[in-house]
Amino acid sequence: MSKKSFRQAINEALRQEMRRDPTVILMGEDVAGGRGGSAGVTDAWGGVLGVTKGLYEEFGATRVLDTPITEASYIGAAAGAAVTGLRPVAELMFVDFVGCCLDQIMNQAAKFRYMFGGKARTPLVIRAMYGAGFNAAAQHSQALYPLFTHIPGLKVVIPSSPYEAKGLLISAIRDDDPVIFLENKVMYDEEEEVPDEAYTIPFGEANLTREGDDVTIVAFGRMVGFANQAADRLEKKGISCTVIDPRTTSPLDRDTILECVADTGRLVIVDESSPRCNMATDIAALVAEEAFDTLRAPIRRVVPPHTPVPFATVLESLYMPSVEKIEAAVTATMNHRVVEKV
Amino acid sequence: MAQDITPITMPKFGLAMTEGKIAGWLVEPGASITAGEELVDIETSKITNTFESPLAGTFRRQVAANGEMLPVGALIGVVADAAVPDADIDAFITRFQAEFAESAGDGEGDAAVDEPVTVTVGEYTLRLHERGEGDEIPLVLIHGFGGDLKNWMFNHAALAQGRRVIAFDLPGHGGSSKDVGPGTLEFFAGVTIRLLDHLDLPRVHVMGHSLGGGIALTLARMAPQRVASLVLVAPAGLGRQINMDFINGFIAADRVRALQDVLKYLVHDKSLIGRRMADDVLRYKRLDGAEAALRTIAAACFPAGQQGDDLRPDIQAADMPVTLIWGQADEVLPATQAEGLPAAITRHMLADIGHMPQLESATAVNTIVEEFIKTKVATS
Amino acid sequence: MQIARETLLRSYRAMRTIRMFEERLHVEFATGEIPGFVHLYCGEEASAVGVCANLTDNDTIASTHRGHGHCIAKGVGVAGMMAEIYGRSTGVCRGKGGSMHIADLSCGMLGANGIVGGGPPLICGAALSHKTLGDGAVAVAFYGDGASNEGTTLESLNLASVWQLPAVFVVEDNGYGEATAASYACAGTQRARAAAFGMPYIECDGSDYFAVHQAAGEAIAHARGGNGPAMLHVHLTRWYGHFEGDAMTYRAPNEVAEARRDHDCLRLFRERVTQAGLFEGSALDEVDAAVADEIESAVLRAKDDPLPQAPDLMADVYVRY
Repeated sequence: MSKKSFRQAINEALRQEMRRDPTVILMGEDVAGGRGGSAGVTDAWGGVLGVTKGLYEEFGATRVLDTPITEASYIGAAAGAAVTGLRPVAELMFVDFVGCCLDQIMNQAAKFRYMFGGKARTPLVIRAMYGAGFNAAAQHSQALYPLFTHIPGLKVVIPSSPYEAKGLLISAIRDDDPVIFLENKVMYDEEEEVPDEAYTIPFGEANLTREGDDVTIVAFGRMVGFANQAADRLEKKGISCTVIDPRTTSPLDRDTILECVADTGRLVIVDESSPRCNMATDIAALVAEEAFDTLRAPIRRVVPPHTPVPFATVLESLYMPSVEKIEAAVTATMNHRVVEKV
Repeated sequence: MAQDITPITMPKFGLAMTEGKIAGWLVEPGASITAGEELVDIETSKITNTFESPLAGTFRRQVAANGEMLPVGALIGVVADAAVPDADIDAFITRFQAEFAESAGDGEGDAAVDEPVTVTVGEYTLRLHERGEGDEIPLVLIHGFGGDLKNWMFNHAALAQGRRVIAFDLPGHGGSSKDVGPGTLEFFAGVTIRLLDHLDLPRVHVMGHSLGGGIALTLARMAPQRVASLVLVAPAGLGRQINMDFINGFIAADRVRALQDVLKYLVHDKSLIGRRMADDVLRYKRLDGAEAALRTIAAACFPAGQQGDDLRPDIQAADMPVTLIWGQADEVLPATQAEGLPAAITRHMLADIGHMPQLESATAVNTIVEEFIKTKVATS
Repeated sequence: MQIARETLLRSYRAMRTIRMFEERLHVEFATGEIPGFVHLYCGEEASAVGVCANLTDNDTIASTHRGHGHCIAKGVGVAGMMAEIYGRSTGVCRGKGGSMHIADLSCGMLGANGIVGGGPPLICGAALSHKTLGDGAVAVAFYGDGASNEGTTLESLNLASVWQLPAVFVVEDNGYGEATAASYACAGTQRARAAAFGMPYIECDGSDYFAVHQAAGEAIAHARGGNGPAMLHVHLTRWYGHFEGDAMTYRAPNEVAEARRDHDCLRLFRERVTQAGLFEGSALDEVDAAVADEIESAVLRAKDDPLPQAPDLMADVYVRY
């Protein structure tokens, strides 16, 4: 057990699984970096933010494959390799680039097993960075996990901390279905105590980072930390919150969400992905349909506006959910009074 | 004057506990209290436990309010003689809190040192936590099946007044390496002896719980000269019966809800089993090799649905002082297994307590152990 | 090059099976009993069979929406295919895929594909598996002149070359991508495309089984020998529309009739082997009769076989959810 960053935890998960299973291979743009360059260096980058650094050195060119900038072909290759005996972990550098290879994920990998009557097994992992907060602007800051959650046949994982990242990625690699593993790019330097050994965290089981009586907050990825901070502040005002980190949007731990809402009667969902048809709307519909009678106030969603992600810092701050916005939403839901119709 | 006023402070229950919340006072100001009487429920991130009064007297002041979160060591109440004036108590409170605030800054350094460490013993890596100092014979704590050194979180500090107390994770458990060899009591006792060698402890008191109790007995048989006394808490080896629903369920459960149901076998007061506790256990169980280790141990120690080791001859032949603590409502190892033992072995049968008296009735257990070591052992 | 008699007979049977399978579907589809879309391979049989005669069960192929021929050539069972096309639970995909998604991984058939250009990247993946696992197998992508322009195809040519994969890219050029001619839609030549990515190029007449077999043999040997990918350009004609129901108004009135008359790969094969004294006409007639029986019983069974049930709807989305 030692303090590791989000980045190190992910690197460690990849390394330990690649040691354990020779069919696990990595591919992606610059996952090593430097091939063919005049410096004669391999492993120049280890991924654009250094997450896969050192893996080429240990595993070599047959297990760590740099790709040309051709998402459609290499994500498709990852799908084809997965269904013919390898366990590829393909990196989509920014989740925003899914536009270049959506068919391979949505129509090929996700549907092989179903279309082929259960006779295909597609143990594919696609890792991608997501999230705003770095002034990376509209084409490098999206979240897009609702898009993948929407597609039957895919599993979608969003770790909220280093401990979660390592366990969930190991589970993703061992999973026999196609998994989209989303890493919030702003979190790579966050640190936490992480076991040195390999371990798993199951899909479809939410984690409660705290339990309270007044409000249930559901949050994803980086927003879990924001929710915890908001809950700390609210505690001092006498409002106690349950914070749920679903960990995976597909499968979704509906039971835990419904149980916690039944306990508290109030729900706030924090979702940094674009507001139309996102996870907040999905969960709001679930709760409204199946836990309507337990609600004491309308469900509130803390979500960005329906705009692309802006570049300027002041605008990006306005765009993003924040601890203050979560606090305000919780306070508002606590203050809700039913108005009697006369 | 100061002797008449005793501060009641936020207790430290667990290793990692830095603060607790007052979940509910159980006594009113002005009430007369006895030692061991339940004073207040304290809630930490992992468990809610009842804090028992360390002394007799009149409960004069409730300093912390219900729902208040305070750091370990902070003043929560005052016990004093009924005759002591209120003004004196006010002054005491003011002074105490001022001193506490001052020393709070120093607290950091202590916390950093008081952490478990990892040691290498041959081919095994063991996590252990040592507290306390002094010349008295040290005490070694051995947890049970599926447990870890945190099982002793309500006992470790309390027993470390004046002696070294070492709690460690058995191989296959907690933060120790997962290789458990054949998974037998002899194996674990052997590793424990090697640990004692490594720590340069020629002779120790040994307290073992459940399977750890079986390990303690086996250790005493293998190396009696190393064992000054035995405290056995619901130990394995004294009968055939064992709740295999618990053992098998514990091994199989891989989700929080399922594990919570299984953990309920361990205690009489089921409300003690919360989500966090199950989550903690799962963090261990999900480590590569943990489940395999548990299966190996279960196959070796509980073959064919019952206990494979009969340690009654060992407990009867034991040379050193032995005491037995058992919860009468134990749903894992029936308390009836404590019967039919030599009279020299004192048995403490605790009413309405389940398989983990060290958790469910910590203060009583701590008192029993202190008593045992001071009187029975000193005179043996 | 001498082809074994055994292989010739098997290939003849495969081509005849494809021909009769597709012609029968043409008839049955008109009754309205077959759900969805069907894309027929009549006229192109020698391409699938000539290529696959050089492959084993360990080699992988990927196909297109026009996939029945490749399935049969690779060894997928006729009964299972027919049942699948009729949407029965006895289908090779349990009625979950239909005509455009017939697959049988046990004989290396990665599937027909409803997405034009869907196959080539998958074949890069299969080739990567073969190379990484060191099993000596190759992966073959069948795709049309239409797909040859898709970004996925061009990227795959690049990727297979960069990674030196044991892949073969077979362009089945029937002159039409849906209703638009290749002469309009394809810039440059297939030859130049192969050269652009640094891989060898072979072309052949797709109505001549022997020419296809020879050319495919070369391309496959190149790939299997660890020399990287190769491209095979097969010229052929499809006798039916893009899909069943397509009136083919974009084709000159005689085009199909002339193709049937002059470029019938089965007739040309029969002529050649009987003239060379390799087979008696009667032996081939026997094959024809056997195949006719096989198709007939496959259709009768398919029409009668059980339909999928409600639980089948939910099954096999995931291995474990």
